[in-house]
Amino acid sequence: MTRSPIPLPQVRGFLQTQRTDYWWVTPILVLLGLGSFVIYSTWAAFQGCNYFIGGIDQPGVQRLLSPFYSPVLWDPTGINSGHAWFGQLPGWWPSFIPFSPALLILPFPAGFRFTCYYYRGAYYKAFWGDPVSCAVGEPAFRGGNYRGEQKFPLIMQNIHRYFLYAAVLFIGLLAWDGIASLQHYNADGTRSFGLSVGSLILIINPIFLSLYTFGCHCMRHFVGGNHDCLSCSMDGGKAYRKVTWLNQRHMLFAWISLFGVAFTDIYVRLCANGTWTDWRIL
Amino acid sequence: MSTETAILTEAITTSKPPADHARKVSFRIWRGDKEAGAFVEYTVNVTEGMVLLDCVHRIQAEQASDLACRWNCKAGKCGSCSAEINGKPSLMCMTRMDTLPPDKVVTVEPMRSFPLIRDLVTDVSWNFRVKKTIKPFKPRKPDNADGSWTMFQQDIDRVQEFRKCIECFLCQDVCHVIRDHHKEDEFIGPRFLMYTAALEMHPLDTEDRVGDLKNRDGIGYCNITKCCTKVCPEHIGITDNAIIPMKERVVDEFYDPITRLFRIFKGKK
Repeated sequence: MTRSPIPLPQVRGFLQTQRTDYWWVTPILVLLGLGSFVIYSTWAAFQGCNYFIGGIDQPGVQRLLSPFYSPVLWDPTGINSGHAWFGQLPGWWPSFIPFSPALLILPFPAGFRFTCYYYRGAYYKAFWGDPVSCAVGEPAFRGGNYRGEQKFPLIMQNIHRYFLYAAVLFIGLLAWDGIASLQHYNADGTRSFGLSVGSLILIINPIFLSLYTFGCHCMRHFVGGNHDCLSCSMDGGKAYRKVTWLNQRHMLFAWISLFGVAFTDIYVRLCANGTWTDWRIL
Repeated sequence: MSTETAILTEAITTSKPPADHARKVSFRIWRGDKEAGAFVEYTVNVTEGMVLLDCVHRIQAEQASDLACRWNCKAGKCGSCSAEINGKPSLMCMTRMDTLPPDKVVTVEPMRSFPLIRDLVTDVSWNFRVKKTIKPFKPRKPDNADGSWTMFQQDIDRVQEFRKCIECFLCQDVCHVIRDHHKEDEFIGPRFLMYTAALEMHPLDTEDRVGDLKNRDGIGYCNITKCCTKVCPEHIGITDNAIIPMKERVVDEFYDPITRLFRIFKGKK
C-alpha cells in the first residue's frame, strides 16, 4: 500500500487550516467543560468532609450523600456519616497516605469516562490537539511518530468494558442513595417519609447516569452488536435497538450526566457546610 | 407577463442570469501539477440555485478552459467531484452557493491527502489497491435446496447503511491518520474499515477479518475523532456504526480475557 509523496504544500503548521468557520469553538468548550469538571472533582474528592447531610446524628433534614463519595467504604476519623459500609478508617491505613472516601471509589467512574469512546474523541482534540479539529494542522512534533490506540499507552483504552461493569454497579448504588434520601429523621429519633429538592436531585442524577451508561458503545456491542444475526437473539434485537437509540444521543447524555453529578455534589456540599438549606417539599 | 415569467424568459433566452439576481463571488482555486502550483483568483456571477461545481464549470467556460476538474453525475452519487471547499472536504456538486458565507472569497483545493495530478484532480488509486487486500465476501452454504438463503431485513439493515457509500474518499482525505501522519502502509482508513465492517457484519458471511483489522489494517490508529462521519455526504455513521463495533470485536478476540475464554468453548462465528 505504498504511495508517492504529495507535492502539495501541506498544511502542516499547528492550527493552520483553510477553514473559515468557527472550528475552534467546540474544542475550547470541551477544554473548559472537561477541564472544569476534572479540577472541581479532584478538589472535592480530596476534601474528605461535607459530603453528606442528615441521618441519626443530624435530624430534621433529608439524608443526602454526595455521588462523589458513594459508596462510603470508611468514614474519615472523627466523622460518622451513617453511610460507611465498614465504619471508621481502620488503624492500618498508612498515615502518610491522604485519605478521603472519594479517593477509593472515584477511579472507577472516572475510568469509565476517560475510556468512553465519545470522550476519547473529544479530549484527543481538545487537550492533545490530535487533531484540534477536522482538517486543522496538528503539532509538528507528532508527525510520523503517531501511535494512536494501536500501541501502548493508549492501547489500554480497550479496557473500557471493564469500567462499564463497574459503572453499572455504581448506578445501582446511586439509585439506592436516591431512595435513601427519602428518609427523614425526626428530632424524636423516629423516621418518616420526606421529599426535598436534594432528594429530587439525588433521584434524577442516576437517571441521567443510566441514560449515558446504557447508551455506551460497549453496551451496544454486548446486546447485539457482537452478533451478525440480530433476529437470532432472545429478544429479537429489541435491546439492541433501544441501546442504539441511546447511543445516538451518547454525547448529549455524557454532558448532562457529567454536569449533573458535579451539581449534585455541589448541592450536597453547600447544604453540608451551611451555605444553604435543603428545602423540604413534603 | 408576470415578473417571475419575465425573469425566467430572460434567463432562458439570454443564457445569462438576470442582473438583479446575480451576485459576484470570488474564488481562490488551486492551479498546478505535482511539480508546482498556486492559488489563482477568479470572479464569476452566481445565481440562485447554483452549486459550487456550477461555478467551477462557469470558470472553465469563461475564464480558464484548461482548469482540470473531475466530475460526473452532479447529483452526489458518483463521488467524483471531491475537493476541499473553504478547508472542508466536500463534494462540489452538493455544496450550494447559498450555504457559503456571502461576500467572502471561496477557497477550492484538491483533496490534500492524495497525490495531485493537476488542479483539482488527485490520484486516488491507493484506495483501490487497499480494497483489493481485504478478504472478499464468503457466504455460508445455501439454506434452501434452490441455492438461496433466508435472511431477515433487520439483520441486513446495519450492512445496508454502509452500502450507501459512493467512494468519494472524503473520509479518507479528512482522516488525520492519513492526512497528517501518513500511515498509509499501516492503516486502511475509514472507508475500508467500514467496507470490512459491511462484510464482517453480514449475516451470511463466514470469513474472519478481525485479525487483519488489528494487525494489518491498523484499526487501533483510529482515535475516534469522527471527522470521517462529519464529512460523509451520505451521512453514514462511519465511526459509531462501523469502526467502533469493529474495535469492539477486536477487543473480544484479542484484549478481553473473559470473551476469549468464552470463544474457546463456543467457537468462532
